[in-house]
Amino acid sequence: MYAQMVKSEAANDDPALLAAFQARIDAGERIEPKDWMPDAYRKTLIRQIGQHAHSEIVGQLPEGNWITRAPTLERKAILLAKVQDEAGHGLYLYCAAETLGVTRDDLTEQLLSGRMKYSSIFNYPTLTWADIGAVGWLVDGAAIMNQVPLQRTSFGPYARAMVRICKEESFHQRQGYDLITKMAQGTAEQKAMAQDALNRFWYPSLMMFGPSDKDSVHSTQSMAWKIKINTNDELRQKFVDQTVPQAKYLGLTVPDENLKWNDDKDGWDFSEPDWNEFYDVLKGNGPCNTDRLSARQKAWSDGAWFRDGLMAHAKKAEARRVAAKVAAE
Amino acid sequence: MSNEWPLWEVFIRGQHGLNHRHVGSLHAPDAELAMRHARDVYTRRNEGVSIWVVPSAQITASAPSDKGPLFEPANDKVYRHPTFYDIPDEVGHM
Repeated sequence: MYAQMVKSEAANDDPALLAAFQARIDAGERIEPKDWMPDAYRKTLIRQIGQHAHSEIVGQLPEGNWITRAPTLERKAILLAKVQDEAGHGLYLYCAAETLGVTRDDLTEQLLSGRMKYSSIFNYPTLTWADIGAVGWLVDGAAIMNQVPLQRTSFGPYARAMVRICKEESFHQRQGYDLITKMAQGTAEQKAMAQDALNRFWYPSLMMFGPSDKDSVHSTQSMAWKIKINTNDELRQKFVDQTVPQAKYLGLTVPDENLKWNDDKDGWDFSEPDWNEFYDVLKGNGPCNTDRLSARQKAWSDGAWFRDGLMAHAKKAEARRVAAKVAAE
Repeated sequence: MSNEWPLWEVFIRGQHGLNHRHVGSLHAPDAELAMRHARDVYTRRNEGVSIWVVPSAQITASAPSDKGPLFEPANDKVYRHPTFYDIPDEVGHM
């Protein structure tokens, strides 16, 4: 998902405290920043929320790529609004992470140095305009699958950020589907672009949910803490079941020859993505890892003089205000 | 990375004459920019008609451990609620 393979920490606090904490979570209570929490809960959440925030921020890049080349003014306005939303989502999430005691600069530094990850999906390029449709339809669609249940997550600030994000995310998916519908119903060349976008984004979208449950080593603790609500495979199945009919409506073919309706499970059977590719992309070897990270590094270092300048101005203005007040007294 | 902008808490009044409500926080160098950032981050869809920004450092919050002394005394004062009192049916709505 936007947070994949979040390593959970082993809890080694006082068993009585841990039991009381778990009882609060089991009772459906929200944990708030000043409440006692196991160190491992705090660390795991910082990692998860941080990774989620980084994904929103880096996620602006593949779409920002097309803002200046959107085919109409309306599409350009829509794409700008969407990319601005992604920035907003990143900011909500950074703020939620900061309530756990990590600083914004620390989170930024960990992204830029590669110590914290962002979702593997954003290391794939957006080669054609149809890709912008596929990103909204598939990538945001997959994100929504994960984010809707996270509105009930145990950590209050995270849950509240998710509520805001989910309200806005539905627009993202619908504008993407609307875009790719136009392409799929357009000229033969446009339809081919839509099919090509689906071909390239299908498996990377399935990877967003993380490895298969049998290989997902961090899930049990996170699920007990309700910072993960569904298993990776549950969400992936739900996503496939939702998306296959949508592709059919478009007259596009899901690039999976094993895709078959299964009456017994009342869902689609489908091929797993290539997990070697997934791990390779996480390691930094995806098509765009270097580009994405260097774009963020450049933005951060190019903006340094501006951030510092504004801070210097604010400090001087404050000093002048204090001096004027003293003089008046 | 030492010169981090300070944190501000953002409160928005919605459309319907309600109180300002805490919606989140953000970083900004001063109040003027905190206001502009709040507008961009928290009111992209007509969420409000008024914004307050407050330096987070200026907020004094109750501690979780104070929950008992602060709030429990209200538990045994049921007579503060209108439903504590029986009004005869003949009297009608009150």
